[in-house]
Amino acid sequence: MTQTRILSRDQSTTSRASSLAQPRIMDDLDQLEAQSIFILREAYRKLKPLSLLWSLGKDSNVMVWLARKAFMGRVPFPVMHVDTEKKFPEMYAFRDEYTKKWDLDLLLGYCPPVEEIDPSLPPAARSAARKTAGLAAMIDKHKLRGVIAGIRRDEQATRAKERVFSPRGAGHRWDVRNQPPEFWDQYATPYEDGMHIRVHPLLSWREIDIWRYIERENIPLVDLYFAKDGKRYRSLGDQDITNPIESNASTVAEVIAELETSRTSERAGRAMDHESEDVFERLRVAGYL
Amino acid sequence: MGDNIVTESFSETHRAAATPIVIVGHVDHGKSSLIGRLLYDTDSLQDGKLAQIVESSRKRGLAVEWSFLLDSLQIERDQGVTVDSTRIPFRLGSREFVIVDAPGHRQFLRNMITGAADAEAAVLVVDAKEGAQEQTRRHAMLLRLIGIRHVIVLLNKSDLLEFDEAKIVKVESDVRQLLGRLEIEVEAVVPASARDGDNIASRSERSLWYKGPTLVEALANVPPPASRAALPFRMPVQDVYRFDGIRYVAGRIERGTVRAGDRLSIGAQGQVATVAEVCRWHAPELPVAGAGESIALRLEPDLVPDRGDLLFPADDKAAAPERSARIRTRLFWLRGEPLRVGESFTLRLTTAEHDVTVASIDAVVDLEDLTLREGDSVPPDGFAEITLAASHAVLFDPFSPGFGDGRGVLVDRYQRIVGGAPLIGPAELADGEHAIHPTASRVSAARQVQTRGHKSGVFWLTGLPGSGKSTVARAAELALSEQAVNATVLDGDTLRAGLCSDLGFSPEDRHENIRRAAHVAKILAESGQVVIVALVSPLQADRAQARQIVGENFHEVFVDTPLETCEKRDPKGLYAAARSGKIPEFTGISAPYEAPVSPELRLPADRPEQEAINTLTAFILRIVQP
Repeated sequence: MTQTRILSRDQSTTSRASSLAQPRIMDDLDQLEAQSIFILREAYRKLKPLSLLWSLGKDSNVMVWLARKAFMGRVPFPVMHVDTEKKFPEMYAFRDEYTKKWDLDLLLGYCPPVEEIDPSLPPAARSAARKTAGLAAMIDKHKLRGVIAGIRRDEQATRAKERVFSPRGAGHRWDVRNQPPEFWDQYATPYEDGMHIRVHPLLSWREIDIWRYIERENIPLVDLYFAKDGKRYRSLGDQDITNPIESNASTVAEVIAELETSRTSERAGRAMDHESEDVFERLRVAGYL
Repeated sequence: MGDNIVTESFSETHRAAATPIVIVGHVDHGKSSLIGRLLYDTDSLQDGKLAQIVESSRKRGLAVEWSFLLDSLQIERDQGVTVDSTRIPFRLGSREFVIVDAPGHRQFLRNMITGAADAEAAVLVVDAKEGAQEQTRRHAMLLRLIGIRHVIVLLNKSDLLEFDEAKIVKVESDVRQLLGRLEIEVEAVVPASARDGDNIASRSERSLWYKGPTLVEALANVPPPASRAALPFRMPVQDVYRFDGIRYVAGRIERGTVRAGDRLSIGAQGQVATVAEVCRWHAPELPVAGAGESIALRLEPDLVPDRGDLLFPADDKAAAPERSARIRTRLFWLRGEPLRVGESFTLRLTTAEHDVTVASIDAVVDLEDLTLREGDSVPPDGFAEITLAASHAVLFDPFSPGFGDGRGVLVDRYQRIVGGAPLIGPAELADGEHAIHPTASRVSAARQVQTRGHKSGVFWLTGLPGSGKSTVARAAELALSEQAVNATVLDGDTLRAGLCSDLGFSPEDRHENIRRAAHVAKILAESGQVVIVALVSPLQADRAQARQIVGENFHEVFVDTPLETCEKRDPKGLYAAARSGKIPEFTGISAPYEAPVSPELRLPADRPEQEAINTLTAFILRIVQP
């Protein structure tokens, strides 16, 4: 095949002129990484004030890591943790440890009690919607124009429709029927008062890419992702609406091996995804991630 | 299945990125069904997905609908069309693909482009019985304009032609001819049925005469992306950082290779610097980087390039990009209103932004037969060749399928993407053509709103002489100023006393008068001003032209005072003079007045004047207040 020929030609060039260093051939993770760095740099250039949502989960840790890649070892904007106060204790410990280690400027926000949330939502979705309200308050308080979030297309069908730069209108609403065109790495940045842009640097990553990247880069994670007594968490939400899966994978390599054979969806452990056919879209239109 | 198809893949250790494949075609020709079928046949469904489809189909009382797999949004099921593109991974042997599903519904062209622009190959789905339709041509045109190199045609629903060889060969030849006119090379034309699975993953028993590849075989044959590492180096500056006293010039390499020690030209100014270091964080230290990498450079001397400056080899003239302030481009137009000559935009080219004006519309594509026609506007979702004039020289590499070069995008003053404009090459100036390169304001509309506290707009008052246009306009101007809204009034007599003092009242001169007023109003509105125009402007056609010149900011207001009232008022004694024949071509007496058919606001004469003033002021405030 063509690629094989290109590879062999490159190699022969190297051997003939070995003084001239050749660039590495980029594999899939290199390409995803380069694209995410490009997106993060666009966001930093175009959207101020900007903040990164750090949920303490694996994807947002990868995002913090990619930001450090983009900006030569630092994160030049604040990271936000919107605290539901129902996270696992391990997650709070992780947050405090890595805020220091990674020298992060951490903004903390809290969520309103569930009683203040739309009672027409099913129970788990209603609980999840607390986070949306907490996030909205943070965005208003800090007058953010850009919010970097770690959603991926492969997580959930509604997220597959997202843009890399996704404008949110007044009231933070997502106008799913009227999204701007986005192509050739050109991102629309329409702006009116009260709007902000959700930036999604991980949109093209898949769950297995995240784990392979964590393995390659040796990115620290909360222990809950690794099996204890035959169970581990595949996705981390609030304690009351996240369920562990049956698993014996206790290392990153074992998780990758497990995913390579698994055929169930990652968010299977998230209760609100299963309550009704359209609940996830309703949550997202209102501002849920 | 499929394991033996891609055996010659690259080495075990190198995991290539997935190949994006876009599926396009006319609405109802079966794109979504094809994808569902493809995922099922290649065993790429997640556990539970198939059950979901069956359940969804059962709830709706239908047989299994493969397309339900993709119609994941509630609104899609309600409307029965796919709203936006989605991406679905699937695998053939060791090779990974990502399917991009693009909608066929006409008004969703921009979603299709969003999905399709990065694809390596395309499957164009054509209903074998219906043949190529309007969207088939439109999508094929788009595949060419966004530069997709590999196109596979799937003749879906071939069962409706009983897989009859003669009939299918006829359709195939029509489709090949169509794509040939667009200079698209077709990899394969596959007679198939997505619903029944014929020639998708397995060879059909119903088309034994067909010796070409199945769809899956054709996909597996798509070569991986061409290498851009061997081309001359290009890196557009994305940003410049200063961290801990070190300056980093950040960007992504569009093509070629850069090494420490290379001498680079910086942007159009042509300063030269040497690469002191290729910088990365938490990556193997290498003094070299290639196409696709996002890196940072340290330069010696420590220059500060601007975002958008193109870095390219300094010492090799043959490796320099094109340089021109007039550029021929192909265009796909995504705005809801037509594009016209004279409009100004920002041309985005990777990270560079250039102020450009549409100098000419050279040809418009007729989608019926894909021929080029003359035209003075490009309709929404239309295609054209246009010439852009920039305020200064633009560095670029001409567009070429499969590479990232010359991917121009037009952005309006609201930072909305309104069109794609692949750059073809420098435009020659035609004989006698004025080399005008208008400049556009760098102040965004949003910024103007911030500083002024209101939006801009042109409020065009039309009505008979003596109908009260100027009086109402001046009173509204005063009322608006009390609300901290700055308005400018352009009224007929004031204009004719100065800017238009060379004009009389012949139809040609009236036309010119209106044209000038519209251009002045446009300039003022673009600077953020609220403009009230008070002009008789008696002809529908002239007002339509004014609307064209001003654009979406134009609001027509009809000061609807009947002739008898105007003549009774006759504040300037003009009607009397006209009746006695002293003024020829007087509107209402000896020249026609065409009342607006659907003005945005009508100010009737049977109300007190103060009410008209209040109504107009409120109308303007409603539109310009943010």
